[in-house]
Amino acid sequence: MKRTHGIRALLAGIALVALGTGANAATEIRIACYSDGNECEATQALLPKFEKDHPDIKVVVDKQAYKAILESLPVQLAAGQGPDIARTTDFGIISQYFLDLRPLLKDAAYWDANYGPTLDWLRADPSDKGIYGLPTQITVSAPFVNKTLFEQAKVEMPGPKASWGDWVKATRAVAKATNVPFAMAWDRSGHRFSGPAISAGAKYFAADGTPAVVDDAFKAMAKSFVGWNQDGTMPKEVWGGQGGGGYRDAFEEFANGQIVLYLSGSWNIARMEKQIGTGFDWVAVANPCGPAACSGMPGGAEFVAFKTSKHPKEVAEFLDFMASEPIYAEWMSMTRNIPANAALQKKGIDYKLSPAGSAAMNVFVQQGALLSPVAYRLQGYRYKQVIFNPIADRLGQAVAGQITVDQALDRISADIKDQLATVAKK
Amino acid sequence: MSDTVAARSGTLARLGASLIGLVFNLAERPMALAQRVLGPRRLPWVFLTPNLVVFGIFTFLPIAIDVYYSLTGGAQLLPADRPFVGAQNFRELFECESYLDPTSCRRDLFWFGIYNTAEFVVLQVGLMVVFSLMTALVLNRKILGRGFFRAVFFYPVLLSPVVVALIWKWILQRQGLLNAALDGAGLSTVNWLLDAHWAFGWTVFVSIWAHMGFYTLILLAGLQAIPRDVYEAAEMDSAGPWRVFRRITLPLLGPNLAVVVVLALIRAVQIFDEVYVLTGGGPGSATTFMVQYIFQTAFTQQVRQYGLAAAASLLLAGVLFGLTLLQLRAMRSKDR
Repeated sequence: MKRTHGIRALLAGIALVALGTGANAATEIRIACYSDGNECEATQALLPKFEKDHPDIKVVVDKQAYKAILESLPVQLAAGQGPDIARTTDFGIISQYFLDLRPLLKDAAYWDANYGPTLDWLRADPSDKGIYGLPTQITVSAPFVNKTLFEQAKVEMPGPKASWGDWVKATRAVAKATNVPFAMAWDRSGHRFSGPAISAGAKYFAADGTPAVVDDAFKAMAKSFVGWNQDGTMPKEVWGGQGGGGYRDAFEEFANGQIVLYLSGSWNIARMEKQIGTGFDWVAVANPCGPAACSGMPGGAEFVAFKTSKHPKEVAEFLDFMASEPIYAEWMSMTRNIPANAALQKKGIDYKLSPAGSAAMNVFVQQGALLSPVAYRLQGYRYKQVIFNPIADRLGQAVAGQITVDQALDRISADIKDQLATVAKK
Repeated sequence: MSDTVAARSGTLARLGASLIGLVFNLAERPMALAQRVLGPRRLPWVFLTPNLVVFGIFTFLPIAIDVYYSLTGGAQLLPADRPFVGAQNFRELFECESYLDPTSCRRDLFWFGIYNTAEFVVLQVGLMVVFSLMTALVLNRKILGRGFFRAVFFYPVLLSPVVVALIWKWILQRQGLLNAALDGAGLSTVNWLLDAHWAFGWTVFVSIWAHMGFYTLILLAGLQAIPRDVYEAAEMDSAGPWRVFRRITLPLLGPNLAVVVVLALIRAVQIFDEVYVLTGGGPGSATTFMVQYIFQTAFTQQVRQYGLAAAASLLLAGVLFGLTLLQLRAMRSKDR
C-alpha cells in the first residue's frame, strides 16, 4: 500500500514538473523600456490582459534609464543581443535593425489609418511602406509656468501670442519680485531649443533636403539664448554644467519653485501632478511666438520591433494588442499622454487628471495643431539626433563661456557635417 | 579540555598533510611524464599556457581589435562592415592650425581632453604625493589615536568612485552643503561646479581625497621599513629634523616614492569615473578628460565614431605603456 502511494506521489511529481516545464516553454518576449512618467509601469499593468488571451506568450518589461537605451541599445543590437522590442526616440542608426511588422500584423490597414503620420518617422523614405513600431505617445514641447509666483508678484501673464521677449520681460519681473533665483529654464536638449529657433524662422534644411541648421534665425535665437544664460535669466548649470551632448532637464528646479517658466513638454504632466501636487499652481502655456511661428516641437517615443528577435510573430501579436483602440485608450489614460491614434484623437481620452493636469493637457493638444511644418520635418528626419546633440554640446560650451557663440555655431555645422559623413562611409 | 583540543588539532593537521601528499602523489606521475616528453626547457610552458591564453584573450586580442578599428571608418560596429581608411583617424585627431589652441583643431574636444588631462596629471600627482607623504610622516609618529587616523585616511579608498562623486556633488552643487554653510555664516556663495577653474580644482581635490589613503599606506610601509638605528645615529650626531628628513628619510623612501609617483601618474591619466559623475565633463568641456572623450566619441553620439575613439585610445595606451615601463623601472630600483 505504502509502495503504491509512493509511486503515485512520484507520478504526481513528474506531472507537476512536466506542467511547470510546459509553463516555462511559453515564448518570452522582452521589451527594453524607459519611462518619461509611468509608461513602463502602465505597459506592465496591461500585460495580464494580453497574457490571458495569449497564454503561450510571456512579455517581460525591462525598465532602463533613457540614457541607457540611447547609449547601449545600438551596441546590443549590433552584437545580436538586443531585446525583441524597445521604447526609444532614436530612430536613426538603429533603423537598420527594424523589423517590418506589416506582413505579421492582423490588420495593417488599421495601423495605416490610425497611426499613419507617426509611422512615417520610422521609415527610410517616402517609398518605404514598412510598419516598424507603435508610437507610445505624441508629445508636444511647450512651457510650464509657476502661476503662483505670477500672482504673488502681481505681474500679468503674457497672452497666447506673446513673444519670447515678452516672456523674458515678464518672468524676470516675477523672479525679481518674488526673490526666485531664475526667470526661465529650458531642458538641455537640441530638441527643446529647436522649437524657439523654428519660431524665430530657422529652416534646418536646405532646398535639396540636406541639413542646413545654422541660418540667420538660428543664429539670432542662439545668441539670445546664450545671452539669457549669461545675464542670469536662466540657470547656467542646466546647459553649461556638463559636457557633451547629454540630456539634462530642469524639472527639479521648477518643482522646487526656483524657476518661473520651464520649457519642457507634455510628457511631464504626470510628473507635475505627482511631484508638485498642490505645492503651487502650475499651468502650461502656448508656445511663445517669433517672426515665423509660435511653434514647439512634436516628438514621441515608439515601441520598435527588431529583426534580431527570434519571435517576430509574437512581437507582432503583442503590438497588435497594444495598438487596439480600447487598450491604447486605457494606456494613454494611464500614462497621461496624447494619443497617436487618429480615432482616439477625435474621440478624446478620459485622463482622470486633476483640474490643473486637464487644463495643461488641453493646452498641449491645442499646441499640437500649431506646430510648424519645419518642426514636423525635423522630427521626422532619421538622423535628428545628429542635429540635436551638437546643439546641446556646443551651445553648452558657449553658455559655460568656453567658446563664443559664433565659434559654437561653426562647430555645430562642422559636427553635423562630420557625423553625416561618417554615416555615409560604407 | 586543552589536551582534547590539541589532540584534535594534531589529527586535523595530519589529515591535511595526508591530503596534500595525496594531491602531490597524483600529480607526480603526469608531471614526470611531461618532463620526460617535453624536457626541462619546454615544461614551463605547460604552466604558463593557461595564463597566456587568458592574457591573450582579454589583453592582446582587445589591443589588436582596437588597432583594427583605428584603421577603419564608418558607424558600423561589426569589423567586417567597416571600410578601411588607413591613418585617416589619426590624421583627423592631429589636424590643428595651432596645437596650443584647441579651438583651432578639427577635433577640438580631443585636444581639450589632452590639455585638461595633462593639467590634471601635473596638479593631482604633485599634490597627491606631497599630501600622502605629509600624512604618512604624521601617521608614522606616536600620536594619540594613530590607528583611528590611519583608518580615517584609508576609508575613502574603500568607497566606489560613483559614491565619492555623488557625495561631493551633494556638497558642491549650487544648493549644496558647502553653500548652505557659507550662507549660514553670512558669506557669499559660489557656484563651485559651474566656474571652470573651481570645477577643475574640485575634481583635483576630490580625486586626491579619494585615493590619498592608498598612497599614504605605501609610504607608511616604506617609512616603517627604515631601520631605527639610522635615526638614532643621526640623533647622536645632533642632526635637526629637517636635515634628518632630507638626508635620511627622503633618500631611503625614494624607491617607495617612485612607485607612488608612477602609480599615481597612471591612475591620473585614466581619470574618468569620479569626474564623469561629479561634473559630467563640464562646465562646457572644462573637465572633459581623455577617457571621457573616447567614451563620448564611441558610445554617446547617435553616430558612433568607433574608429576615431579607437585611434584616441591607442594614443592614450601609448602614454600608459610609457608610464608602465617607468613603473617597472621604479620597482626594480626599489628591489635593488
